[in-house]
Amino acid sequence: MTDKKEWPLWEVFIRSQHGLAHRHVGSLHAPDAEMAIMNARDVYTRRNEGVSIWVVRASDIAASSPSEKGPLFDPANSKVYRHPTFYEIPEELGHM
Amino acid sequence: MYAQMVKTGVDHIQSKEEMSPEERAFQDRVDQDIKIEPKEWMPEAYRKTLIRQISQHAHSEIIGMQPEGNWITRAPTLERKAILLAKVQDEAGHGLYLYCAAETLGVSRDELMEQLNSGKAKYSSIFNYPTLTWADIGAIGWLVDGAAIMNQVPLQRCSYGPYSRAMIRICKEESFHQRQGYDAMTKLARGTPEQKQMAQDALNRWWWPSLMMFGPSDAESVHSAQSMRWKIKINSNDELRQKFVDQTVPQAEYLGLTVPDPDLKWNAERGHYDFGEVNWDEFYQVIAGNGPCNRDRLRTRVKAYEEGRWVRDAADAYAAKKAARTKAKAA
Repeated sequence: MTDKKEWPLWEVFIRSQHGLAHRHVGSLHAPDAEMAIMNARDVYTRRNEGVSIWVVRASDIAASSPSEKGPLFDPANSKVYRHPTFYEIPEELGHM
Repeated sequence: MYAQMVKTGVDHIQSKEEMSPEERAFQDRVDQDIKIEPKEWMPEAYRKTLIRQISQHAHSEIIGMQPEGNWITRAPTLERKAILLAKVQDEAGHGLYLYCAAETLGVSRDELMEQLNSGKAKYSSIFNYPTLTWADIGAIGWLVDGAAIMNQVPLQRCSYGPYSRAMIRICKEESFHQRQGYDAMTKLARGTPEQKQMAQDALNRWWWPSLMMFGPSDAESVHSAQSMRWKIKINSNDELRQKFVDQTVPQAEYLGLTVPDPDLKWNAERGHYDFGEVNWDEFYQVIAGNGPCNRDRLRTRVKAYEEGRWVRDAADAYAAKKAARTKAKAA
């Protein structure tokens, strides 16, 4: 009953409106990129959710490892001065 | 509920002292409502239970296309036909979102398909009932999708990231399903006496199976307790069933239809409706494969899969041909 070889998994990214970035919406199986885009249209944009679709083979995505989350992102924790709220601006100046 | 009586493989609820350091850290994260993501460490029982629950849910969406698909070619108007077609298409989409979520836990799509087609996998008992008249399509949207929403809305907050995200997408679309069903019922209930009778008949036949969707009382179930601790189940079956009855009875009254339960009565003290006992023997029979349509549903499913084989083969051959051409050009 099972097909010999499983179709590759594709991750699907949709840009919802002009000006916004593509956003990951889910994944699907398809034999090639062209079919993946056609399937993505049917699975992820049935209600006008998108104006552009990217598909990428899931096996081609390199990802950071969850177990290294600490060491990878720690360095940013101590740098509160990177946020505008770190600085106090005199109230009489108004908005800055 | 589209996943009924999901086993967790545990025989008691572990205390924090009994847990390994990894298990304790995991449970702490769940307790703090931090989402668990695919590659992170998780207890084996959590992973397996989720695969069972999500795939059962996905299979239900796929089989769930059949009772409604039965009426696509016989819908009373072109508009109703377009609506029903869109709804059935959504169910296919929901199945696909959920299969993808299950796959992030390390099971393959082919394994899941094989489990469904071989009859090994379970799907919701509700889809083993026949759709005898057009009114059944209204009743399914109103009652069956209504009951599904009851369960799916809280699952948007479940602990597993991909499942939670799939649920969010599904809930967004599900509301259309329930409303179109109630709309179809309203048309019939306000129509000729024969049409109203048709609506009443559909309510009579779908009411009890809809209450069964939530599964038998799980107040004493260790599996439910474990699933709730893992936050892959948010409310008890009885809680959701009560909520469903409370919400649906006034909707039936508004249509001028009678809920087929002589014991149904508003209980002012509890602030809830009291209702009669569900026929659990029937439920267990349907779950065991002896419902009115079990064999037919599976046969139709396998037939569709087999008859679609040439399309999959053609797509494969085309992809291979194109890949070979690209390679030849590059050489």
